[in-house]
Amino acid sequence: MTPKIADIRLVASHPEVYEPCDDSFALVDALLADRMNLLQLEPKMCLEIGCGSGYVITSLALILEQDTNSSVHCFATDINPDAVEVTSATLKAHGVHAEVMNMDIASALEDRLSGLVDVVVVNPPYVPTPEDEVGAGGIVAAWAGGEDGRSVIDRILPVADKLLSEKGWLYMLTLAANKPSELCGLMRKKGYASKIIVQRSTEEESLHVIKFWRDPDSEVQIKKTMANRGSPTSIFSRLSRLSFSGHGNANSK
Amino acid sequence: MRLLTHNMLSSNIKGVTDGFPLKIEAGKVVEKEVDMNTDFLKNIFTKIEWKPFVEAAKTLGYSELPEDVDPSLLDSQDFLTKFHHALLEIHLEEGALVCPETGRKFPVSKGIPNMLLHEDEV
Ligand SMILES: C[S@@+](CC[C@H](N)C(=O)[O-])C[C@H]1O[C@@H](n2cnc3c(N)ncnc32)[C@H](O)[C@@H]1O
Repeated sequence: MTPKIADIRLVASHPEVYEPCDDSFALVDALLADRMNLLQLEPKMCLEIGCGSGYVITSLALILEQDTNSSVHCFATDINPDAVEVTSATLKAHGVHAEVMNMDIASALEDRLSGLVDVVVVNPPYVPTPEDEVGAGGIVAAWAGGEDGRSVIDRILPVADKLLSEKGWLYMLTLAANKPSELCGLMRKKGYASKIIVQRSTEEESLHVIKFWRDPDSEVQIKKTMANRGSPTSIFSRLSRLSFSGHGNANSK
Repeated sequence: MRLLTHNMLSSNIKGVTDGFPLKIEAGKVVEKEVDMNTDFLKNIFTKIEWKPFVEAAKTLGYSELPEDVDPSLLDSQDFLTKFHHALLEIHLEEGALVCPETGRKFPVSKGIPNMLLHEDEV
């Protein structure tokens, strides 16, 4: 049986809401590629930050639904009031449920959901833009990422760290211009290991989906690596190569 | 919006020290049946703040939940059925969530809470 994901024909739309695009497809491909692991993880609570059209959270809900033994509760947030309504409609059209909320990142959930979320997925606004476009609202908020496209990403990472359970995973889509190697480094300091699970290069952009998970050895290892001045671990070298490989036209999104 | 979600939301307006639990102003309440999953309920039980949960359920017109609970109740089918119903099947469609400290209202429309803060609240 081919695993079910959201049907693009059933995805609702609105002029001010980001339509599923290469980045959305890459993120869902990553979830599909990691599907067996996801089912084994038996997540109880999942969260998408920046759900837009709802294509990703609907796909995640459908993927997890196929494991009939477990039951999962999905949350989805977006800062755009039109996006949360569109996500709601997309979920309904597929007969799955997620709790959709209008908020900045996960601000109203951070306290109570801390340490409870097993899977966080994010396709953030990642395009490098002038800083004043960030948070401008509407469709602009879908891509405007400020310097290096990192303004919103850098605010999301500590939130994801706070929300993730001990066994929790974060799937984050990034553009080469976001300096993914630096992101992995930042997360490594918080005790996370990381791995690129999908890489997609088009003429315009080079996209990666990075998976992060808590790894007790991670902090230790970085200290060792620095102490030995040995070669950095593979992800670092791979990523720094990748981040030079396709910066293309980052504003093309 | 399910009561599970209500139990996970708080008001994070600048200066508010205890934004949980949000009070509920109920407009339209709907019920949607979902399959019961005992494992899920047992897992989530320990994460629910019980008193606010019972209060919220009452506000939405459901008063079958016991005021006090302990984990031994999880062996009772009757309790699980009620817990499941209140947690996942009752939805606030229209209404508002109210910050317990400031009284600021967060509207809920089409089942979606709007927790966005104004510029002077962040
Ligand atoms: C690149 S789009 C991705 C949409 C959808 N998840 C997809 O993959 O097709 C980024 C989304 O993040 C939302 N967003 C931007 N800044 C946000 C913030 N601070 N908090 C929550 N959502 C935000 C945008 O409104 C937009 O819907």
